[in-house]
Amino acid sequence: MRDMTIDDLHGEPGVEHWLTYADGFRRRIYVVDKEIPFPEGRLIVSQTDTAGVITTANQSFVAMSGFTADELIGQQHYILRHPDMPAVAFKDLWDTVSQGKKWTGYVKNLRKDGAYYWVFASVVPNIRNGRIVGYTSVRRKPSRTKVAECTALYRTLVGQS
Amino acid sequence: MTLTFTVSPDFNTKYLPGWFVFNTWLQRHLGVPTHFEVFDGFDELHRAMAADSIDIIYANPFDAARLVRDHGYVAVARPVGRPDEAVIATHEGSAIHAVEDLLPGTRIATTDDPDVHMMCMIMIEPADLNSGNVAMFRRDNYVLVAKSLLKNEADIGFFLAETFDDLSGPIRSQLRVLVRSQIYVINHLLLAHPRLGAQIDQLRGHLLQMGNDAKGAMALQDVAIKAWESVDQEDVEFMIDLMVALTVTA
Ligand SMILES: Cc1cc2nc3c(=O)[nH]c(=O)nc-3n(C[C@H](O)[C@H](O)[C@H](O)COP(=O)(O)O)c2cc1C
Repeated sequence: MRDMTIDDLHGEPGVEHWLTYADGFRRRIYVVDKEIPFPEGRLIVSQTDTAGVITTANQSFVAMSGFTADELIGQQHYILRHPDMPAVAFKDLWDTVSQGKKWTGYVKNLRKDGAYYWVFASVVPNIRNGRIVGYTSVRRKPSRTKVAECTALYRTLVGQS
Repeated sequence: MTLTFTVSPDFNTKYLPGWFVFNTWLQRHLGVPTHFEVFDGFDELHRAMAADSIDIIYANPFDAARLVRDHGYVAVARPVGRPDEAVIATHEGSAIHAVEDLLPGTRIATTDDPDVHMMCMIMIEPADLNSGNVAMFRRDNYVLVAKSLLKNEADIGFFLAETFDDLSGPIRSQLRVLVRSQIYVINHLLLAHPRLGAQIDQLRGHLLQMGNDAKGAMALQDVAIKAWESVDQEDVEFMIDLMVALTVTA
């Protein structure tokens, strides 16, 4: 996964961050303070393997993330990680789904162009013949009240781990 | 042995004669007697599901999920180009112009169609609405949902998109779409009980060829299905995982 460059931002002003992911990989990203609203009536759907590598992405996912399907498939799902998201949220996600349970939460996602979009996400394990073979995530349009609450809550959690 | 065939009770009643013709076609091609059982509503269907009395069913996505995961039913085919989508509509003169305009206490006319109800409840979540802060009115069918809007007994109505688009002109013209789902990957499925054994492949073969003879083509037309396409087990598992992921309230 490559570092972001200024060219990704299409002329919008961006703030540089270095993200270190849970697997130790480090990447430069830029954050643009611009929200893209979740489209009405749509669902964003993707699947990963058991290691969190994206295996399928639907059209709404491609449209909202700003990446092409080819750029998403084969990459770690953390390609969307926004620095305003606390690490504990994703630790909880992985702890829950790897035990075969369903996880839900509000997530702020980073787009290819540095802008962001909020979702209400639900992640389920894909259990086949009694074994977890991957995960599916479905995101829907979140309530503005919940987004405001999570914005405040996540601010207090970022930086802790 | 007579096989029991049924259709999810959310079908448009104008296709009822068509489903009888479909049953006759099934019987001829399978070479065994088939009985078309029409259930009055989801409660009756769910009792029959619990009693394990259904052999072949054209099931809505919710029931399909349960039949496959809990009863081992086999997915035989799905209709081409016919995803289940939902519409939330208001009276054309309503002051509500967007989901965000909806307030707690909103009066909702709905049916007992589980997937449409779920999709529509998801589409009102952005307005902070949930089953605890709205007034819900159950109607027996979508025409009655529409009438509830026209009579101002409800502020919004939940519809299966295909049925909404099929409402008669005079009714349709007095309604306005607030939001329409574009999910694409949730659809009805034709399922068979595992006890059918080798007949399942035979059934699939006949369904995939159905449009190729005049009688089959006519039967398809009468239930408004273009053609059947085969589904593999993973397609179905994917749809079920999606349904499971969706059945959480925000
Ligand atoms: C099915 C699935 C979908 C996921 N979707 C997202 C997502 O949309 N955005 C995101 O930041 N992380 C998502 N994650 C979590 C990432 O795998 C990762 O944990 C997260 O981005 C934080 O990265 P880190 O754990 O390496 O720090 C998803 C995980 C799974 C299993």
